Amino acid sequence: MSNTQAPGASIKKHTISLYVHNKPGVLNRTALVFARRGFNIDSIVASPGHDPSFTHMNIVATGDERTLEQILKQLNKLIDVVHAVEHTGEGAIERELALTKLHCPVDKRTEIMEISHTFKGRILDLTENTITIQVTGTSEKLDAFESLVNKYGVLEMVRTGKVLITRGEEIT
Amino acid sequence: MAENERTGAQVIVDAIEQQGVKYVFGIPGGVAIPIYDALVGRPIKLILTRHEQGATHMADGFARASGKPGVVIVTSGPGATNTITGLFTAHMDSVPIIVITGQAKTENLGMDAFQEADVYGISMPVVKHSFLVKDIVDLPRVLRESFHLCQTGRPGPVLIDVPVDIANSRIRTALDEPLQLPGYAVPGPGDPAEIARAARLLARARKPVLLVGHGVVVSGAEGAVRALAEKLRIPVVNTLLGKGGFPETHELSLGMLGMHGTAYANKAVSECDLIMSIGSRWDDRITGRIPDFCPGAVKIHVDIDPAEMNKVFPVDCSIVGDARLVIEALLREVREGDTQSWVAKVARWKRQYPLRFHRGGGLKAQAVIQTLYELTRGQAIVVTDVGQHQMWTAQFYRISERFQWLSSGGAGTMGYGFPAAIGAQFARPDRQVVAVVGDGGFQMTMYELATAAIHKLPVKVIVMNNRYLGMVRQWQNMFYSNRLSGVDLVGSPDFVRLARSFGVRAFRIRRTADIRRVLTQALEYNDGPCLIDAVVEKEDNVFPMIPAGASLGEMLLEPPKSAARKAPAGAQAQAAANPGGGPRGNPANGGAS
Repeated sequence: MSNTQAPGASIKKHTISLYVHNKPGVLNRTALVFARRGFNIDSIVASPGHDPSFTHMNIVATGDERTLEQILKQLNKLIDVVHAVEHTGEGAIERELALTKLHCPVDKRTEIMEISHTFKGRILDLTENTITIQVTGTSEKLDAFESLVNKYGVLEMVRTGKVLITRGEEIT
Repeated sequence: MAENERTGAQVIVDAIEQQGVKYVFGIPGGVAIPIYDALVGRPIKLILTRHEQGATHMADGFARASGKPGVVIVTSGPGATNTITGLFTAHMDSVPIIVITGQAKTENLGMDAFQEADVYGISMPVVKHSFLVKDIVDLPRVLRESFHLCQTGRPGPVLIDVPVDIANSRIRTALDEPLQLPGYAVPGPGDPAEIARAARLLARARKPVLLVGHGVVVSGAEGAVRALAEKLRIPVVNTLLGKGGFPETHELSLGMLGMHGTAYANKAVSECDLIMSIGSRWDDRITGRIPDFCPGAVKIHVDIDPAEMNKVFPVDCSIVGDARLVIEALLREVREGDTQSWVAKVARWKRQYPLRFHRGGGLKAQAVIQTLYELTRGQAIVVTDVGQHQMWTAQFYRISERFQWLSSGGAGTMGYGFPAAIGAQFARPDRQVVAVVGDGGFQMTMYELATAAIHKLPVKVIVMNNRYLGMVRQWQNMFYSNRLSGVDLVGSPDFVRLARSFGVRAFRIRRTADIRRVLTQALEYNDGPCLIDAVVEKEDNVFPMIPAGASLGEMLLEPPKSAARKAPAGAQAQAAANPGGGPRGNPANGGAS
């Protein structure tokens, strides 16, 4: 009964943070836990921890709640995983960075720069016809920025994926 | 070589020796030669097999019969990939084995070098953990971690991939580097609050059942479980791998439950008001249709693996811990409830619906097993393959002690039985080891007759020869209008002459009247292996049976009256194919032979 698409299952995006022993293959093992249960990984960020023998991973994945519980348990069961936790937002600070390259003729420049300013964006590159803007914030803020600038013609958008850290003394 | 300097290969053999391992199983090849070289002159005995799958099943059989890890050493490429089925089998049934694979030299990794297979990647989903050793400095620690990981917590297979240059390079070493496993913790005695809650639930229950699984055997909880059952007067059912966790000869035992379990075990589980699973994982072969499984009963789950909790369905009380420690703690808490009328009712079912089979017609596998049980006084170590003979053996050979029953449960690996029996005989030279196999599964690993013959192992293999892949034929007979497809084993060898060609003593049973005489002869022969070709009735089916996807209540005690033996045509066939009216699962889940 561990079908991923059980009737009435709610398909949602989940943010999972992992603290893993920095060993070869740990990324494969982690990815296999999701793949075997039909979870799609939307984004994955891995970076060395403060102690370089450990790695922080942040994974955003889409799937149903019941399967998520099993995925977390299976992640924690992996020998190299120190802990895997789902974060629901309130307890954690989340950030993502996006680089957006827009079609930008001279007559649209001011307009686009105004939007960028509103989102506390930074202009990284400006040419005759293009503009490249860096925006940081929550994934939702980045989504909002994207939808606003869509009409100018997005040539490329590259996002880092979500990183997060818990507030206060709690360990991520 | 400088003093204290060892090659990687020597470090490997040192570590195996230090763990008290007496046998390693395998086949050498180019990049495994350094390790095989290091075995020369060592007390460890190398068992050369005929196929790497045979080697892994032997290590598995060794581990299941002794509780100690089995070790395999093979070469890279095909040698390594041939161990995958054995790894999967051990993984599904939580068996501690260590597979050491030679590998192409480090600089050739990923270069499609000769016999270079990414076995580290290929094996990932079927191991508890694995290592690719790229630095000799890591090797001693990796070996110690592997032995620790495979045996502790929920046991399982570990693979170590060792490039040939690592095996050849030298290190100054003492094998005392600390383990580096920050993400690994072994669950202990269980949460006292949950144990106290389980005790309260048990005291309130009027119709409780204990469900004994492989975890009881693994943790050595059989004494505690027996004390609990006797103190509270609770009937006990066991899974296929739980055989040996509670004596099936005990008055409170109802034997195996599930798809081919006893009618009284399944009735008890269907009607109980509390079920406590100890070291079982509610496999689909024992629950049947989930919503109909123990409806309304309080469910208590004891398991060492936290990932098993609420995996199949939510339970009322979950205790993560070692089965023996948990049940011992529980024993100190429990008070006797009132189960008198329940025990009487269950005993009545036991008398009313005994396991039986029709004795008319040709030779019956069940009769052979029953006689085997009598002649060995239920004391043999019994190893099965997968299929009809496996279910009949589970039904008619009652097991009373730990490590006495070996069978591929979760994986259902045909070809497992015979090599596993060889491993078991190495582990337990003092005991009679009998493999009961089908003619289909036996042909998948029968070349290991050579391995058994070389070492003059007194292992006995009974081939239940029905010239069919019997379990699939049974499903086709019952649910596919007897449209037989791919089950006729025409072209099989004469097993008696085959065995003799290996120098193996062989017997044949053709008639019911011969069973006792031939089996007695075979059991008395102990100068080497022997094979008994039991030419059983071609078309017998296993009953009771709960069709896949049906509920325990839809159990068929005997062939449905409407189902003709031969294929009926058209609409009639449909009716015959759907006895009991319940929903039907995918027969691809079924066993074979």
